[in-house]
Amino acid sequence: MWNTKDILETIKMIQDENLDIRTTTMGISLLDCADTDIDKACQKVYDKICKKAENLVSTGEEIEAKYGIPIVNKRISVTPIAMLAGVSGGDVTKYAKALDKAADTVGIDFIGGYSALVHKGFSAGDKELIESIPQALSETNLVCSSINVGSTKAGINMDAVKMMGQQIKKTAEITSDRQCIGAAKLVVFCNAPEDNPFMAGAFHGPGEPDCVINVGVSGPGVVRATLAKMDDTADLNEVANEIKKTAFKITRMGQLVGSEASEKLGVPFGIIDLSLAPTPAIGDSVAQVLEEIGLEQTGACGTTAALAMLNDAVKKGGVMASGNVGGLSGAFIPVTEDAGMIDAAGKGSLTIEKLEAMTSVCSVGLDMIVIPGDTTPEVISALIADEAAIGMINSKTTAVRVIPAIGLKDGEQLDFGGLLGYGPVMKLSTLSPAKMINRGGRIPAPIQSLKN
Amino acid sequence: MKAVITVLGKDMVGILARVSSTCADANANVLEVTQSILDEYFAMIMLVDISNLNGSLDDLRANLEKNVSDMQIHVMHEDIFNSMHRI
Repeated sequence: MWNTKDILETIKMIQDENLDIRTTTMGISLLDCADTDIDKACQKVYDKICKKAENLVSTGEEIEAKYGIPIVNKRISVTPIAMLAGVSGGDVTKYAKALDKAADTVGIDFIGGYSALVHKGFSAGDKELIESIPQALSETNLVCSSINVGSTKAGINMDAVKMMGQQIKKTAEITSDRQCIGAAKLVVFCNAPEDNPFMAGAFHGPGEPDCVINVGVSGPGVVRATLAKMDDTADLNEVANEIKKTAFKITRMGQLVGSEASEKLGVPFGIIDLSLAPTPAIGDSVAQVLEEIGLEQTGACGTTAALAMLNDAVKKGGVMASGNVGGLSGAFIPVTEDAGMIDAAGKGSLTIEKLEAMTSVCSVGLDMIVIPGDTTPEVISALIADEAAIGMINSKTTAVRVIPAIGLKDGEQLDFGGLLGYGPVMKLSTLSPAKMINRGGRIPAPIQSLKN
Repeated sequence: MKAVITVLGKDMVGILARVSSTCADANANVLEVTQSILDEYFAMIMLVDISNLNGSLDDLRANLEKNVSDMQIHVMHEDIFNSMHRI
């Protein structure tokens, strides 16, 4: 018979501690949809997505009902669209509209892959896609865009970095009547993973199979609750151990859902991304996990160390629980999506500079940060360059998703609603990096020895 | 196939009867029951065989929620507990 304690623990995790499957994301390759006629290509894209993902939402709902676990989002990631745009030429935003329409038809929450991989340079379609991002994101609802501008093996494409500073600003401006929402669906990566199920950075890498199911599990609330039960004098070995055990249980649940979804849909199971992805719900916060470890507030000295331990322990627990851990796995630190971060940013305890330090040990990067609306494109580019440099040198994924709050005054906040949350405008250095950014070119790939 | 039904809430007369009769109506065979009362808080865990249900698991849940509306009810396939708590 079951151990009553285990059963009640699972139920408590789901009911009180916001444990959920954040997303089942179907990765679909669109390489076979390429066509020299853009309208034909768009039709093929629409048809293939609708065919492959026909039962994605209903299958997700069946699994939710069977196990009593909420699956919050159903999503799709596709081949970077720049690859198709390179073949067809023409108005790239047509692809964005085809993706949006397909996403709407199959009833999913987001579709990612309006992307280009330009870490070493631009090929056909890449520049056109980047130029089209503001219009594409303002004229669609469910499409997310990501650009990979750097990697440890290739260095950082500073021409792309310069373009992305401008595109982020333009995207915020063009959607300023809707809380600048466009910029919240646009992320710039260094070392982007090809199998990430989380938005806005999900795309289906060219090395992936034709169709695959990836699962993103979440659960900062569960980790926080576990740590809250511990004695204040328990040493950090014990704390790390509790985090590992909890991560293990959460990942096993993801493994179960992923295998079941894969079987029901007849699509191979890709990876589980075990990410502590916060939501604005009270208690479901990575910042509060750090505070539970023993900080007065996130942003205090010690934040980076606590986050490093959390991130590592989450990965260790996850790897033990599933043979297919991948994606971004670790702890996310998106400011507007995390009640504890919002509070710390509002009080001035958490600054962008501290967040930058945290990104050298977290699973992604500067995420969902509201910056002043008058920030120049050069400053945004330089922020991207800094973040990409951290990723490049440390062989990890880093990313920038900042939202310039066009027209907002100091002290005001943007409110996106839902999982994207809300947040105050955070201060950013206004010193000009324009000369460096305008130089363009490439920051060469770093040496992999002589590490210190 | 087995499912775990948990019923949580304030203790009152007839909870077990209402849950088990709903299970009987759905042709779910009750295999084991454990229940405990802590500070007037009632927690019951029931393991049922759902191989021969005359409807879906969702129907069973909906009927339980209707018939025992004053309690928190969870109906979950046993695999979730297997995977989370056993290596």
